[in-house]
Amino acid sequence: MLTLLLAIPALCAVVYAVVPWRRALGWLGTAAAAAVLVLGVVVSVGAVNRPAVTGLSGVLRADALSAFMVVVIGVIAVLATWQSVRYLDHEIARGASTRRHASVYGLLVQGFLATMLLAVLAANLGVLWIAVEATTVVTTFLVGHRRTRTALEASWKYIVICSVGIALAFLGTVLVYLAALHSGVHGQNPLNWTTLVQESHRLNPGVMRLAFSLLVLGYGTKVGLAPMHSWLPDAHSQAPAPVSALMSGVLLSVAFYAVLRFKVIADGALGPDFARTLLVVVGLLSLVVAASLLLTQHDYKRMLAYSSMEHMGLIALGAAAGTPLAIAAVLLHILGHGLAKGVLFLASGEVLLTEGTSEIDRVPALLSRRPVLGGIFGFGLLALLGFPPFSLFVTELNMARAEFQVGLGWAAALSILCMAVIFAALVSHGRRLLLGRGEKEQRQSTARLVAIPLIGGLAGCVFIGISAWPLATLLSAAARIVAL
Amino acid sequence: MTGSFYASALEIAVSVVLLAAMVTLWRRSVRAIVRSLAVQGFGLATVAAVLGFHLGDPGLLVVAALVLGAKAVVIPYLLTRLVRVDPGSRETQPLVNVPASLVAAGALTFLAFAATRSVTAVVPSIAGRLIPVGLASMLVGFFAMFTRRKAVSQIVGLLLVDNGVALVAFLATSGVPLLVELGASLDVVLAVVVLQVLAVQLRTRLGAFDLDQLTELHD
Repeated sequence: MLTLLLAIPALCAVVYAVVPWRRALGWLGTAAAAAVLVLGVVVSVGAVNRPAVTGLSGVLRADALSAFMVVVIGVIAVLATWQSVRYLDHEIARGASTRRHASVYGLLVQGFLATMLLAVLAANLGVLWIAVEATTVVTTFLVGHRRTRTALEASWKYIVICSVGIALAFLGTVLVYLAALHSGVHGQNPLNWTTLVQESHRLNPGVMRLAFSLLVLGYGTKVGLAPMHSWLPDAHSQAPAPVSALMSGVLLSVAFYAVLRFKVIADGALGPDFARTLLVVVGLLSLVVAASLLLTQHDYKRMLAYSSMEHMGLIALGAAAGTPLAIAAVLLHILGHGLAKGVLFLASGEVLLTEGTSEIDRVPALLSRRPVLGGIFGFGLLALLGFPPFSLFVTELNMARAEFQVGLGWAAALSILCMAVIFAALVSHGRRLLLGRGEKEQRQSTARLVAIPLIGGLAGCVFIGISAWPLATLLSAAARIVAL
Repeated sequence: MTGSFYASALEIAVSVVLLAAMVTLWRRSVRAIVRSLAVQGFGLATVAAVLGFHLGDPGLLVVAALVLGAKAVVIPYLLTRLVRVDPGSRETQPLVNVPASLVAAGALTFLAFAATRSVTAVVPSIAGRLIPVGLASMLVGFFAMFTRRKAVSQIVGLLLVDNGVALVAFLATSGVPLLVELGASLDVVLAVVVLQVLAVQLRTRLGAFDLDQLTELHD
């Protein structure tokens, strides 16, 4: 089953490589993403009652945490691949892309999905590293797909900075391996996560401290956490909208998933305080950087990118608290943020397509000129700001509550201060973008095919915020795996 | 392999890795910088081979061959192709001049010895004593990335970092499991291919491509 999960996007990529591009092929990617989602749900149902499902002779392993991440990847992938059809149509129509470029795009997006799935399904922490590094290699050309000067510049910075980060993460992985060998963990494979968790109390603390610091810094680069975040606004603003949605909605969280896996080992070896301190520091630093750069933002795609940095900072703080409640909130926040941010990036792509600029001030009165699109953008912003009934309200509340419970009240207070600044900044930018009086004759409708998935995504974000079903059991099973 | 021969062979191979890293800071000609990267790859493969013979581990010999192929042949070849587009390319104005860079590299090597004390304490072998050299190569790589302005030098800096990590892996744990090593090498080669293609695309768009030109995106 797990092998099939990886095989679907891989086979789909092969089809894109072999069959010449035609419009219908765009929908194949959406079908593949939907199949991943369905299989993810099936795996989740299996993983709730059992400790873990394995596959491909032990290389793949899915517990509730992995299964949840597969569902997150599937959901956002359906939205993004759906919108990709429109992006490619438009690029081909205006002559910016050839059919071959469209095929390459389809192939790389499926490769991107396959590498992210491998990352969350890997039993071995070395394989996890390989998969995360592979996501960088695959997405670089997607970031530069428009081949403008700025897009190429963004992809250069992206691959250079992320490769450095990921090299640090590899050193961290090697040191964990060293600690395992030194403490006499032999077995079949000392880099298997389950083995390492069982033996974590015997791992050398000095080596583990250095290792976990490098891992947080290294994988943190891909999460977009300060101080190695500088690639994020460039890449997210220059990539095609569906790719931005995938990167911001899931890739960042997949990298954070790696941090969570290592946190369990570090907590076993060092006690909870070391990982907690480190995550609080990077989380708060990211929030401060995001807040200060959001204030003066004049580009709506960069605004969304910095908002992703904010939410990753919040997630790091939630993980630092580490109670079952906090971890469940962190995971639900990953899904809620993925949905809201995915919808917003896709909507911003539609704005860019029709308005031709990503500057906030050159797109006035969106709401009166394009009521549906403007409405989606507005509600998406409300979701990001944590308004009820969107799920981010519940999860931010619960993360803050958990932080107060474990004595991180000061960090929660600081984070709320940053969120207040960000709130003011987003409201002011959103007002400039959406409100104002548009001219009647400019009024345009939004294609139904575009609006349906976006509205669906926002509805999903509301649904998981008010209903415990169907995620509650999966979330609590996943939280038990990570929580202290 | 006798004990003392093993020790000196390992020490020589490890010094080649560090010296090659220093040479990349010393030379200005981009062609020479790529050549010293190839030498470093050769030194790294030798480390793996010496360890493999010493431990009688055929897996490590396979890894040594793999490293030799990827880091001493394929990657330098890819970079040479990039240099050929722009022959005679020189690192004329690094942000930090050459003598100061070499002093900095010396300081970074000391820093590497200080930072790895917790690790070297765990591995009391001859190989373990040499672990700081891997970290030193890494730090020199970071330094090169921050202070050198040519695209090729930046890629070389990245690869110095990568080789440094690989050296630590060989010395500390006799390398990571074979599957991981294979995947990691493949990833690195692919990343260099991507960087090479990107550099060519940027060059066609910008004329001569220096990193100073990457200034369009900022806040």
